[in-house]
Amino acid sequence: MRAVDAVIECLKAEGVEVVFGLPGGANLPQYDAFYDAGIRHVLVRHEAGGGHAAAGYAKATGKVGVCFATSGPGATNVVTPIADAMMDSVPTVFITGQVRTDLLGTDGFQEVDVVGVTMPIVKHSFMIQHPLEIPRAIHEAFHLARTGRPGPVIVDIPTDLARADIPYEPVTDVHLPGYQPTHDGNTKQIRQAAKALASARRPVLYVGGGAINAGASDEVRELARLDNFPVTCTLMGLGAFPAPDPQWLGMLGMHGTRTANYAMDEADLIVAIGARFDDRITGKLSEFAPRAKFVHIDIDPAEISKNIPAHIPIVGDAKNIVAKLVKEYRALEGVDHARLEAWWERIRGWQEKHPLRYEDSEGTEIKPQYLVEALYEATGGDAIVTTDIGQHQMWCAQYFHFDRPRRWLQSGGLGTMGFGLPAAMGAKVGMPDETVICLAGDGSVQMNMQELATCAQDGIDIKIFISNNGYLGMVRQWQELFWEKRYSQVDMGQFPDFVKLADAYGATGFRFENKTTLVEDIKQAIATPGPVMVDVRVTREENVYPMIAPGAAARDMVG
Amino acid sequence: MGDPGTKQDLLSLEDLEAAGALRTGRKHVLSILVENKPGVLTRIAGLFARRGFNIETLTVGPTDDDQISRVTLTVDGALHPIDQVTKQLHKLINVLKIRDLEPEGTVARELALFKVAAEGPARAEVMQVCDIFRGKVVDVTRRSLIVEVTGTTDKVEAFERMVRPFGLIEMMRTGEIAISRGRTET
Repeated sequence: MRAVDAVIECLKAEGVEVVFGLPGGANLPQYDAFYDAGIRHVLVRHEAGGGHAAAGYAKATGKVGVCFATSGPGATNVVTPIADAMMDSVPTVFITGQVRTDLLGTDGFQEVDVVGVTMPIVKHSFMIQHPLEIPRAIHEAFHLARTGRPGPVIVDIPTDLARADIPYEPVTDVHLPGYQPTHDGNTKQIRQAAKALASARRPVLYVGGGAINAGASDEVRELARLDNFPVTCTLMGLGAFPAPDPQWLGMLGMHGTRTANYAMDEADLIVAIGARFDDRITGKLSEFAPRAKFVHIDIDPAEISKNIPAHIPIVGDAKNIVAKLVKEYRALEGVDHARLEAWWERIRGWQEKHPLRYEDSEGTEIKPQYLVEALYEATGGDAIVTTDIGQHQMWCAQYFHFDRPRRWLQSGGLGTMGFGLPAAMGAKVGMPDETVICLAGDGSVQMNMQELATCAQDGIDIKIFISNNGYLGMVRQWQELFWEKRYSQVDMGQFPDFVKLADAYGATGFRFENKTTLVEDIKQAIATPGPVMVDVRVTREENVYPMIAPGAAARDMVG
Repeated sequence: MGDPGTKQDLLSLEDLEAAGALRTGRKHVLSILVENKPGVLTRIAGLFARRGFNIETLTVGPTDDDQISRVTLTVDGALHPIDQVTKQLHKLINVLKIRDLEPEGTVARELALFKVAAEGPARAEVMQVCDIFRGKVVDVTRRSLIVEVTGTTDKVEAFERMVRPFGLIEMMRTGEIAISRGRTET
């Protein structure tokens, strides 16, 4: 069979339900194979949209997202989604066409060394040099993408090799001698961690996106319940622990709650579960959690002691390890269950004194924070939500209370503007029965707007709400706070007319400007069949607070 | 958004140097077994570059297994960053095994070629130095000698210091290869 047909067989064997992609010269043979492959293909309008859609699909479903692109510009267009998937450990496979082998290295038409370009931002890549390598490479790519610390894998296939006739036999094993992720976690270390938790007087569970990747939410909740341990999540971890919960401190980090950040600052033991002490969490590293000892649970050994030296490192799968930790903790004798009372008293003091708050408008003006609260009310919290990057994203993290994992789909590490719309598209394809909302900024939504055409054509029913302040809002906020209000190149005016644009794309457009009817208006927009894009006019100059200023310590939060 | 700092506190050059100084420490010799596949060296070199590590020397060669190559590289670093760099190296799928070789338990050698100006009476003196270092004269012209020296980095550097006053025209060094002492495999 042709190698390209073997690729299809491999995809089927891997359980692939849908592929996002765009054909071009170098992957024409592959698209010929798609013609009657019996796998759903979503024709995106730009390869970046395809890559982010694959990531959105993967984040919502936990399955591997797949994106196809042609050589040269097709391949360079997926560079951003690949970097994004790398930073957030998203299981994705990118299969790119390449110029035929006799043109390689000659600057042929649409030739780019995509394996070279993406080397620093992939988990692994395969440059196919012989057609017989193709089936194994595809299977190994899926294995690498979904196991261990998940991530993006590229398979680059020259177009002449793709047309070759090869005998295809299903590959049932993978041969990767240099790849043996640790799964189980060291039992002695886990026991030590249980003891440390049992003697801690001011513990905090600090939960990141790794807990969601590992499917460890139930175990995390069980651990927290053992002794009323306070829990905070990173931006990526939201949903790993139910937000409306008495043990919930709120998100931590730059725009986290004061309670969460103060608790980290005063903690004597921090148990990090699938979190990586990113600079948005720690603030000034040398003053981060100065009194704490650290238990660090992570599947990637390189994360342990990268930024913060761990006292008790535990390498392995979070679900597995936290379950064992619960068991070890239960087996301990003589644990003083009343020891956290003083700690909770302190925490409640912060919660009462520093709740998340904003000054709501008097009249009909819509504050951007209120937009998030209205979305939460209109959906009853029952929605998958993607966002772009900036102020609206932080407000959504603060005011939309996620009670389950895989409902909050983010570009956390890379902070990619233009992520939200295609990610919502991918999520809806993966979870067709869920309400999928993209809360976007008026700046960022324009970066992958073209996928609205894809949604309209394929009937991908996403609801886009643009928090429209006519600014690149977060940059404007930083210019206001740190650059003496010199607003340089952040005013975007009221362009384009998003309602007309929605109409032009074959979607339904609305414009909401009145706070008093907003919840009902949102309900109506969500009930409208097909893709909907809503231009919500919000207060122009509003800032995200509280905030740890860049380079400052958590205890010095402002606002 | 990245941290832009504020208008007031611009980073001084001293601050930047101080931050860089954290990375100096003793020399480490890393012996790395890798799959003999295209692009593996690029992956390793790229990893060092983007994590801010400077490779001092690098040698690559075959092993007794033609599927596997050995990369020997020396890095200047404090213990903590070396730990991080070996962990990062382990994440490369084609890297099979890494050893951070202890200096006492290791035999390390490099090869160097020196082209030295040697005319008249200087020629005899250079050859004398060469004898002391057990070097070998591998080429001779009326005005110059090429000397081959093998040994530890210290020895090669000592030889360089000795012949430099005569006029060192050119020098080439391979960088170290290293093997662990005793019966066990490196």
